[in-house]
Amino acid sequence: MTPAEFHQRDRSLHPPAHVPAYKTSVTRSPRLPLLTIRQTASEITGPTFGHGDIGALDNDLTLNFAQGGMPVGERMVLHGRVLDENARPVPNTLVEIWQANASGRYRHRKDAYLGALDPNFGGCGRTLTDENGRYHFRTIKPGPYPWPNHVNAWRPRHIHVSVFGTAFSQRLITQLYFEGDPLIPLCTIVQGIPDPSAIERLIAVLDMNASVPMDLLAYRFDIVLRGRRSTMFENRLEGN
Amino acid sequence: MAQALGYLKETASQTAGPYVHIGLAPGAAGFQTFAQELGRIIAPEGVPGERIRVEGLVLDGLGAPVKDALLEVWQADANGIYPHPEDPRVAEVASGFRGWGRVITDFDTGFWSFDTIRPGPTPGRAGKRQAPHISFWLVSRGINIGLNTRMYFPQDQALHATDPVLTSVEHPVRRQTMIATRTAPATYRFDIRLQGDGETVFIDV
Repeated sequence: MTPAEFHQRDRSLHPPAHVPAYKTSVTRSPRLPLLTIRQTASEITGPTFGHGDIGALDNDLTLNFAQGGMPVGERMVLHGRVLDENARPVPNTLVEIWQANASGRYRHRKDAYLGALDPNFGGCGRTLTDENGRYHFRTIKPGPYPWPNHVNAWRPRHIHVSVFGTAFSQRLITQLYFEGDPLIPLCTIVQGIPDPSAIERLIAVLDMNASVPMDLLAYRFDIVLRGRRSTMFENRLEGN
Repeated sequence: MAQALGYLKETASQTAGPYVHIGLAPGAAGFQTFAQELGRIIAPEGVPGERIRVEGLVLDGLGAPVKDALLEVWQADANGIYPHPEDPRVAEVASGFRGWGRVITDFDTGFWSFDTIRPGPTPGRAGKRQAPHISFWLVSRGINIGLNTRMYFPQDQALHATDPVLTSVEHPVRRQTMIATRTAPATYRFDIRLQGDGETVFIDV
């Protein structure tokens, strides 16, 4: 059987390339229409990853950079599932995250924010989903921080998330936010998404059932990648 | 009310931001956490094929190099086989071939480069062949959703004439934006223009 194509991407759920209020997007946004193609093997396949690619502590941000102590801040579990649009789990796929520390400071040579670096916190992690598409990280809740888009612009607390899926056409980078953060409606990056329900789906929710008493709180964030067409009367990749 | 279809909605994209390196290339951010960074080696030594280097710039709408971008590439081996379980010929893919790479643009110059092998032609739809190409995906601060394009090789003109993706570009002049320039016997230059004169063709994959 030849592999089936993926559903077309519903671009109304994504921020457009050009969001005038997000100033950096103005000169970095293509102005000509995207080229429409029929997917081929180049789009339906994609890189695969295995446990040999990652280390045992890669999904524990409280330990994977620690220099003999614990990072400062609210300890938390981030967990959820990677699913496709057909609600099928996406197993064995690589999930990578990066974030600021509890002070809102990134461990990056280009970040000069006043918030303090934490000697025990790097801010990156990665893991593979299990056979049911589940993933989990242990980390610190990131702080909000200012950025120069406009006067008094602040990013809400967020964690950057990168996901592969099984095909190059499923590749996705997003950011997750936290339930109840009053900065979400003020953020030009978030509000570049035209569909309010699509914004809601970027907000991780407190999950007391997954929290560990006397240790850490948990937040749940499910990720949905593009799904595949059924093959009932499918035009085949070859032939037809 | 009719029945509900019940499909889930794709998670919305958000920009990778200026600190994408922390997560995807921490060495460039200034620290080491992982024993190995992913995407450094596309085709290890010993994989059959013509060894090539691909390099270039990502240019913004003012013609300035983008110095905080991250690019990922995906390609077939020299026989046109993808290292993926759904490639019908995957059993014959070159041993050790990853096909996937990740590079960042230089913080000072915006220059990027990677070493690989030249891919072979791959099967297209309806029995057509696709000219050798490397698929690109590009993110950075100011890019709200990853941009996809393809890089083709200048010496494959005959195959370009029937390539299903290149020929679907309505204006032939724009096809050139997806064709690299050979600058040395095994070096190809592929500048990506995000906006303005010579804007690269980006693909809704």
